[in-house]
Amino acid sequence: MLEEKVVELFKAGFIPGLAHPYMGQEAVAAGVSAALEKGDYVVSNHRGHGHSVARGVPEEAILSELMGKDAGMCLGLGGSMHSTDLEAGVVFSTAIVGGGIPLAAGVGLALKLDHKPNCVVCFFGDGATNTGAFHEGVNLAAVWKLPVVFVCENNQYAVSVPVSKSTLASLVERGQAYGIPGQSVDGMSVLDVHAAASVAVSRAKRGEGPTFLECKTYRYTGHGAYDTGLDYRTQQEIDEWKARDPIRQFEQRLGAEKLVTSEEIENTRAATRARVDNAVKFAQDRPYPSYELLTRFVWA
Amino acid sequence: MKTLTYAQAINEAIAEEMRRDEKVLVLGEDVGKLGGVFKVTKGLLEEFGPERVRDTPLSENAIIGAAAGAAIMGYRPVAEIMYMDFLHECGDQLINHLPKMHFMTGGKLTAPTVIRTQYSLGRNTGAQHSQFFPSLYMNTPGIMVAVPSTPADAKGLFKTAIRGRNPVLFVECAALYASKGQVPEEETLIPFGEADVKRPGTDVTVVAVSRIVGEAMAAAEILSSEGISVEVLDPRTLVPFDTDTVLESVKKTARLVTAEDSCITCGVGAEIVARVAERAMDYLENVVRIACPDIPAPFSPPLQEAYMPTRDKLVESIRNIV
Repeated sequence: MLEEKVVELFKAGFIPGLAHPYMGQEAVAAGVSAALEKGDYVVSNHRGHGHSVARGVPEEAILSELMGKDAGMCLGLGGSMHSTDLEAGVVFSTAIVGGGIPLAAGVGLALKLDHKPNCVVCFFGDGATNTGAFHEGVNLAAVWKLPVVFVCENNQYAVSVPVSKSTLASLVERGQAYGIPGQSVDGMSVLDVHAAASVAVSRAKRGEGPTFLECKTYRYTGHGAYDTGLDYRTQQEIDEWKARDPIRQFEQRLGAEKLVTSEEIENTRAATRARVDNAVKFAQDRPYPSYELLTRFVWA
Repeated sequence: MKTLTYAQAINEAIAEEMRRDEKVLVLGEDVGKLGGVFKVTKGLLEEFGPERVRDTPLSENAIIGAAAGAAIMGYRPVAEIMYMDFLHECGDQLINHLPKMHFMTGGKLTAPTVIRTQYSLGRNTGAQHSQFFPSLYMNTPGIMVAVPSTPADAKGLFKTAIRGRNPVLFVECAALYASKGQVPEEETLIPFGEADVKRPGTDVTVVAVSRIVGEAMAAAEILSSEGISVEVLDPRTLVPFDTDTVLESVKKTARLVTAEDSCITCGVGAEIVARVAERAMDYLENVVRIACPDIPAPFSPPLQEAYMPTRDKLVESIRNIV
């Protein structure tokens, strides 16, 4: 819901620069985050708002950052591709595809040396698996048995190029190639993602090293909020994936098992919508950062 | 005072800082059992163990990324990149990530990391193992750059680097590793951004970087017998850069020579000359930049000799402007 708002705000000119919506991929962030505890970290990427939401970063801070306002999670200095909220366990997100992977290894190294009972999850897309950073970072984490879970959100396209045109091997084999377990899961099913993530997180916390999870998913929009994605994908393909929408699927499952009523679902939707609307208003009303911030954080 | 080589001085600095602060880690290729290909980390594995002294795979981008990740979590990694040329292998972490972590998170993260590397010009190592390009990082806000020229400076600057809160690129010079110098017995930290007047003089200011400081000192000695008084300044750190000391000297001598092992275009000298021109144009009579030509480093020894800045080239250039 926040992401639908992001697209709307982007098109209306309230979000400058770039914004990469997460619609369609929600089950990945939600399923993985549900397997984490306080003290666990995530390293995120350019398509990171969804990870922040799943980790419980306040919507006000997310939307303020996207709009370049002073109440943003990075005080408006980062933008949509940079999220840090240590309290929520979002340690960093990078705008360089693959760049978070070696960094996550470093976060894992620190957790290991500190003998912390925690792990770090690194989110990245299918495109990142073709960068050198992926191979260097996964290999290092594997050989040092670091408490890292590599979560590849295979949303089928690196901007416009489909996975089939960039990779002959299956993505999951790439993790296995470095001597760590690799598993491919239905990234449209929050329960499947959660089950696989729980195993990987436990393994990391037991000191047995990293796991590579490929979550097969889909982004409903184009690469960015500015892009429909219809230049390289058919409406039919998009509709087929939307028919398996992860949120609706989960709602149906909950309903079928009589765990929630349709009224409860409606109430949750309404409450979420109200929260997002309030956060939008909050962010719109905040001032831009003062010019003094331009120089304050160049040096620590 | 005691006599140490440049390599020993850095080794001592790392060991002392590892004893002082258990958050200091060493990682890089061959830094463990071998003690580094230049032996600068010799003995550290034996004293501090494999958790804190970590041989890495041959993965420069992962070395710097892992160092940055550990740094934001409270560690103080010392990452070794074997040759300065290889910094291009980790350019993404070194330029796109590390220097911007504090800024783009609105000050929430700090990444105090020291990246040690060395350049090898003068050792016949060819075009891919000889480059010295510190000005690239002067053009990258958020990372400090140290270029020590003596054992005492190397030790004192390293200690300041590892205790600071910012990333530091610590560029050593392989041609200097065996050079000896006096190093204080007592703990000495050398502040960043303070140039050292290595030799006072009145006729010409030579701002020399790294290996060329020694060449400039030798040139000054030769020229003094001809009645030319050369002031040799060593900036010691390029970021932050001590512009004031250079200006003060140039206002006295009216002649500025910059000398470095970089290629000349957009090198350190270009920036120094620009700063002096902006702020002391009226005082300036002559400016000369001494550097390598805009040519990849040649291998064959006579060609390398022709390519590199030397004391003889300095002497000749200075004679021409005095």
